[in-house]
Amino acid sequence: MGVVQGDQMVLNIGPQHPSTHGVLRLKVVTDGEIVSDITPIIGYLHRCFEKHCENSTYEQVIPYTDRCDYIASMNNNFGYVVAMEELMEIKVPERVEYIRVIMAELNRIASHLLALGTYGLDVGAFTPFLYMFRDRERILDIFELTCGARLLYNYMWVGGVSHDLPVGFVETVYNFLDYFEPKVQEYNDILTFNKIFIERTADVGVLLPEVAISFGVSGPNLRGSGVKWDIRKDEPYSIYERFDFDVPVGQGLVGTMGDCWDRFYVRVLEMIESTKILRQALKDIPANGDVHQALPKKIRPPKGSIYRRTESPRGDLGYYIISDGSPQPYRLKMRSPAFTALSVLNEISRGWMLSDVIAVLGSLDIVLGEIDR
Amino acid sequence: MTVDQLIDWFPISATWPGLTFLLAVLICAVPVFLFIAVYALVVIYGELKISSFMQDKVGPMGQGVGLHAWRWGLLQPVADALKLILKEDIIPASADKKLFILAPFIVFIGAFIAFSALPFSQTLIIADMNIGVFYILAVSSLGVIGLIMAGWSSNNKWSLYGAMRSAAQIISYEIPAALSIIAVIMLTSTMSMQGIIQYQSGFIWGFLPNWLIFNNPFMFVAFFIFFISGVAECNRTPFDIPEAESELVAGAFTEYSGMRYAFFFLSEYANMFVVAGVAATAFLGGWQSPIPGIFNSPAWGLWWFMSKTMFLIFVMIWFRWTFPRLRVDQLMSACWKGFTPIALVNIFGVGIWYLTLG
Repeated sequence: MGVVQGDQMVLNIGPQHPSTHGVLRLKVVTDGEIVSDITPIIGYLHRCFEKHCENSTYEQVIPYTDRCDYIASMNNNFGYVVAMEELMEIKVPERVEYIRVIMAELNRIASHLLALGTYGLDVGAFTPFLYMFRDRERILDIFELTCGARLLYNYMWVGGVSHDLPVGFVETVYNFLDYFEPKVQEYNDILTFNKIFIERTADVGVLLPEVAISFGVSGPNLRGSGVKWDIRKDEPYSIYERFDFDVPVGQGLVGTMGDCWDRFYVRVLEMIESTKILRQALKDIPANGDVHQALPKKIRPPKGSIYRRTESPRGDLGYYIISDGSPQPYRLKMRSPAFTALSVLNEISRGWMLSDVIAVLGSLDIVLGEIDR
Repeated sequence: MTVDQLIDWFPISATWPGLTFLLAVLICAVPVFLFIAVYALVVIYGELKISSFMQDKVGPMGQGVGLHAWRWGLLQPVADALKLILKEDIIPASADKKLFILAPFIVFIGAFIAFSALPFSQTLIIADMNIGVFYILAVSSLGVIGLIMAGWSSNNKWSLYGAMRSAAQIISYEIPAALSIIAVIMLTSTMSMQGIIQYQSGFIWGFLPNWLIFNNPFMFVAFFIFFISGVAECNRTPFDIPEAESELVAGAFTEYSGMRYAFFFLSEYANMFVVAGVAATAFLGGWQSPIPGIFNSPAWGLWWFMSKTMFLIFVMIWFRWTFPRLRVDQLMSACWKGFTPIALVNIFGVGIWYLTLG
């Protein structure tokens, strides 16, 4: 592409733009429709997460983790409490482990629904977005039933969870799964295998496995490139090794392996895998148990540090916590999967058209709350 | 009612022919403008409701007082229109003011004057020109000048992108549209809209209307080429790349607000009616009744024309809420490598069919 060389123009996409998924600014150098360079400019949503954490007690950090990746707050809580429990060597009750896995997987489905729906918007399909939001709403209802909040839950605590499951929770989730599983086919019919959608996304923004690994891309974006890497499988935390599920990877079904369509489709398949985990967890969850049993009286971890990573819907979410023995973390660093995903944008969408940049950006599924922190 | 009849009725026509002509045109133009306004309100309501049904929501349902939305949200488009009228009209400081103000009207005029050749019924047509269909194709591409003016004068990069895209797109899709109309003209040997409809009277085997779409397989293909090209000319999804909300914010209309924006909106809907109207006339028998022998009066003619046109508009709305958007180069290659060659072959096919079987 780009045989005719014209003058170059600098175009600012955002921070106020319909499809920057938050407040991201892209400085794009274009030659007509063709984009030759993209510089993401971040920081419009910076809230000093890490500095705030240094001045808060360990319990007070949890609501802040909610607000990083606000699309998947449960998973963010999960990563933090897993790291903290490892640092403090707390063994949480079985029931708590199951509750956490159920919540994390429900939130993974909700997060992927949002990612897929807004991706539809990015390529111009409005209706799938509303279908997916309709179904995400049911998951949010389940969360509301459990902890009262719909977006920022503060549900998982170090050593337990804030509330036990409400009466009838298991049936509610079963009902949701029965409702949801056939819907995936509906999404595939209306969007995934739509001819125009395939035209727009297949072969576009190909992320080669080597490039993905060298940039530190993780999660569905990495798996879309055909690399079978899922922390739930490869470095199991909590009770994930008990569940039987597959790790879907991109296969280049309609185009090249690692294109936008593969990244999209991996998320669709992951939702199905999450429903499998949910069904197993709902079957095995202990009927009774005190979810507050292992809550420490005082959260004051011993001197030392810990790095623990978990699989958030966006990938490899790591927490590095240094404790100096006081009730406040000496340093808390969060490794954001969306940040690394954004860093690869220039690499894979250079030379494509303006519309493709939007398509690639959407397929990386970034959340600016987590990138800027 | 044609302009000629009106002119004849005026007692002053012999003394001041120019004045009479002007009066007659004005008398025709006012109802057309009112029709477009009312029709746009109906279609906007339809768009809201149809999209709601497709998207599993209820759409406007407000039951407030005054113009809130009335029952079933019926007054929602009126409220929208009032909002647009009452909004502040902003002209950017760096805009080219004259062009900026002129652009929406040029876009609207392109759609507006095409109505004068649309046959609403056996008698209801403003001017049954002998080049009617040619005239419509010609004036409906006038709008692209307005779009380029809007994009250029806004002095905004998004607007410029949108304008360039729409210019390329509309001009490209004129060609397959015109080529499929040539097939129609070949069969009917007339360019008059009424003439084309009269050619389609009667029934094949007593029940299948003798519409051009059923005339032969090539005409069937021609209808789809014309209709899809028409959708592209209206900048509707999946060809809405000039607006491309998620890429270009609002394309050429980015800097427009209030009534000027409303005019772009109005002309989009007016264009949809023109495209659907021409498709209904040229391929679906216009005001001809689909049932043999009955419902053939001029009043029913209006009903048939409107229902065929509205059905096609419904299909456009259906497209919009189903499909994603194509990319600009895919759109162009679909036109130049897909529709244009097929339309050319189609003309050939229609000719052979006409000579051998017709």
